[in-house]
Amino acid sequence: MSVNEPAPSSDLSGGVVRHNVEAVNAAGTRTLYKAREPIYPKRVKGTFRNLKWIIMAVTLGVYYLVPWIRWPRGPGEPDQAVLVDFAGRRFYFFFIEIWPDQLYFLTGVLIIAALSLFLATALFGRVWCGYSCPQTVWTDLYVWVERKIEGDRNARMKLAKAKWTADKIRKRVTKHAIWILIGMATGGAWILYFHDAPSLARDFFSGDAPFTSYFFFALLTLTTYLFAGSMREQVCTYMCPWPRIQAALTDEETLEVTYKVDRGEPRGPHKKGDTWEGRGDCVSCRACVISCPMGIDIREGAQLECINCALCIDACDDIMKKVGRPTGLIAYDTDANIARREAGEKTTVKLVRPRTILYGSVLAFVCALMIYGLSTQATMVVNVLRDRAPPFILMSDGSIRNAYTVKIVNRENYTRELKITVEGPDGMTVGAVGEEAEGATVMLDAPGDTVRSVRIFATMPPGGVKGASAPVIVRVTDPDTGEEILNPTVFMAGRE
Amino acid sequence: MSDKEVDEHSGVETTGHSWDGIKELNNPLPRWWLIVFWVCVAWSIGYWVLMPSWPGISGYLKGTRNHSERANVEVAVAELDAQRADATRRLLTAPNMETIENDPDLQAFALAAGESLFGDNCATCHGAGGQGFKGYPNLNDDDWLWGGKLEDIRQTIRYGIRSGHEDAHISLMQAYGSGGLLPRDTVDDLVHYVRSLSGQEHDAEAAARAAPAFEVQCVQCHGADGKGDQSQGAPNLTDPIWLYGGDAATIRETLWNGRGGVMPTWEGRLSEEEILALAVYVHSLGGGE
Repeated sequence: MSVNEPAPSSDLSGGVVRHNVEAVNAAGTRTLYKAREPIYPKRVKGTFRNLKWIIMAVTLGVYYLVPWIRWPRGPGEPDQAVLVDFAGRRFYFFFIEIWPDQLYFLTGVLIIAALSLFLATALFGRVWCGYSCPQTVWTDLYVWVERKIEGDRNARMKLAKAKWTADKIRKRVTKHAIWILIGMATGGAWILYFHDAPSLARDFFSGDAPFTSYFFFALLTLTTYLFAGSMREQVCTYMCPWPRIQAALTDEETLEVTYKVDRGEPRGPHKKGDTWEGRGDCVSCRACVISCPMGIDIREGAQLECINCALCIDACDDIMKKVGRPTGLIAYDTDANIARREAGEKTTVKLVRPRTILYGSVLAFVCALMIYGLSTQATMVVNVLRDRAPPFILMSDGSIRNAYTVKIVNRENYTRELKITVEGPDGMTVGAVGEEAEGATVMLDAPGDTVRSVRIFATMPPGGVKGASAPVIVRVTDPDTGEEILNPTVFMAGRE
Repeated sequence: MSDKEVDEHSGVETTGHSWDGIKELNNPLPRWWLIVFWVCVAWSIGYWVLMPSWPGISGYLKGTRNHSERANVEVAVAELDAQRADATRRLLTAPNMETIENDPDLQAFALAAGESLFGDNCATCHGAGGQGFKGYPNLNDDDWLWGGKLEDIRQTIRYGIRSGHEDAHISLMQAYGSGGLLPRDTVDDLVHYVRSLSGQEHDAEAAARAAPAFEVQCVQCHGADGKGDQSQGAPNLTDPIWLYGGDAATIRETLWNGRGGVMPTWEGRLSEEEILALAVYVHSLGGGE
């Protein structure tokens, strides 16, 4: 059991301590239902730990600070660089502005995110899980806080077993208080993405913020505190679907955090002065197990629980240096390379494979599609709704009139003078409610950033339409930009 | 309950109930369920204190928050009225109704209010799009009995037609047949005369026979050319639009029994600004003069 005290064993080479610990998912003790075993990951130092600190700082910095970035857009528009404006029904991302009817761009972003994840996973295994998943980043932060207050692995295990003394209470209260503060900062940053950050921050403390802000603040505070504080690896193992999918995305050429069995086995304790002949480099110290935030043993191979955080690489490299063996017993490596070494072949890293070419090209295609879509998006949208009740009107002179509601979305932030032309059968005349009409053309002003709706009447003289209906095209043009949108519809003449 | 019987297979105590030799196990309630249950109980006690809950003989327990949905709605309505106060004031103080139509903001406000009022009050008879039904005029066309100008529409909505209001429009299409004003033959001939006015198929001889009767009985309201008179609410008989129908049978029914449809007065039921908004909306349907 991982909570057991490490057995002192000073006679091992390099002063390596051999830990009496077992992986939480060890095959021998695995049952269908198992209570959670607390995991006390030991602090490690090294390349990957440093990389993880940097990534943590960057990702958390982006998350907490982005709502405060200003991006002036002109009068009447929010100057927040990234803003999901539910009230104004807009999504702003720096120079991009998305309207509700363009929500397909969100689909595009999600597809790009998924494909990037596929590609990264095919190349380097679960790098997302190991370095940048919010669950990993916040858990790492929480563990760091825990370590600062309660000490490293052994001290924490001791404290867990200790009686409730004033010292233990003080440490636990401090730890949970800081955790909750981090949770509040997380929930507090989240709500800033949905409102103007400076004014929301002010309203939040004066009690004037909307209910939804307080609700999501509380919700994210709670989830951060629970997920990173007490649930931790259980979120990855039991709640997250991604570990189940990843197996389909990796193959024998994927670089993953790997224990090089070919080099490590047969493993066993190594005493000072013993020979390295006829044995593997693994000294069974289990430094990899006690440093693992998931509480598993990497030496059992790729497994569902492993998030590829690479901390065991740092832990093992440290030991290898102590015992005087080359580092990299645990390293980013491929299954194929293990096989190659065992067969006496040269190892190689094949990043370009059919799988990665497929993911990469689909990703490039979707990215190109998005860039094309965003750079050529129409600055106006026109919808023509033909009146259905009544479908047509008989006028006193026997002519027939149809009514259309033309809705024009003007995405520019200035007023545009637009020309609406109704192209129908010969003899059609056009009128509009409250707007000037001439022949078959109506001129109207569409104010910036709004939806302008105008009712248009098209009239045909008696007998002007052969049959029950005739096709009609409503053409909306901006004479200044030359932009033109055609909307086909019909003119109903009733029973003729 | 001193003797507790324990099921051999599962080791769980039984309730003592047995059906056909099958005994019910007395498993404890799941812990999560119990917790939720007690949280609900605690919640309900808090609810009794804070919110209106128990009914009494002459009222109910109001709760310390004195919550009332009715009061909330009143507050919400008052807030809405306050939001609309400015536009409403401008509607009411507009020098004439054309100014409302020419001011895009005010027109938009009137149209939005008018559309919703139309759906609530007018659509029952005139149809959702104002398309009308037999006996209920189509408000989209350009044929108006009492005038299609903004002010005319407003007057019609306010006072109604034959509504009993002292200022209501009143006209009477007499029951020429059943009222004994004209003999049966003449009524039959008049049907042809009326159809001739709008160029429909008719018997020219019968129409000619009815000309003197039309001159005496109908011209006063419908005019010598049959084009009607909006000041009297007399329909134009020469166009293809008919309130009740232009076929021979319906025209005969109209002549024989007379007509006298009623539109209620909306004065008192709708506020002045609501009537204004409705008039602007109806005018915008496309038939407005």
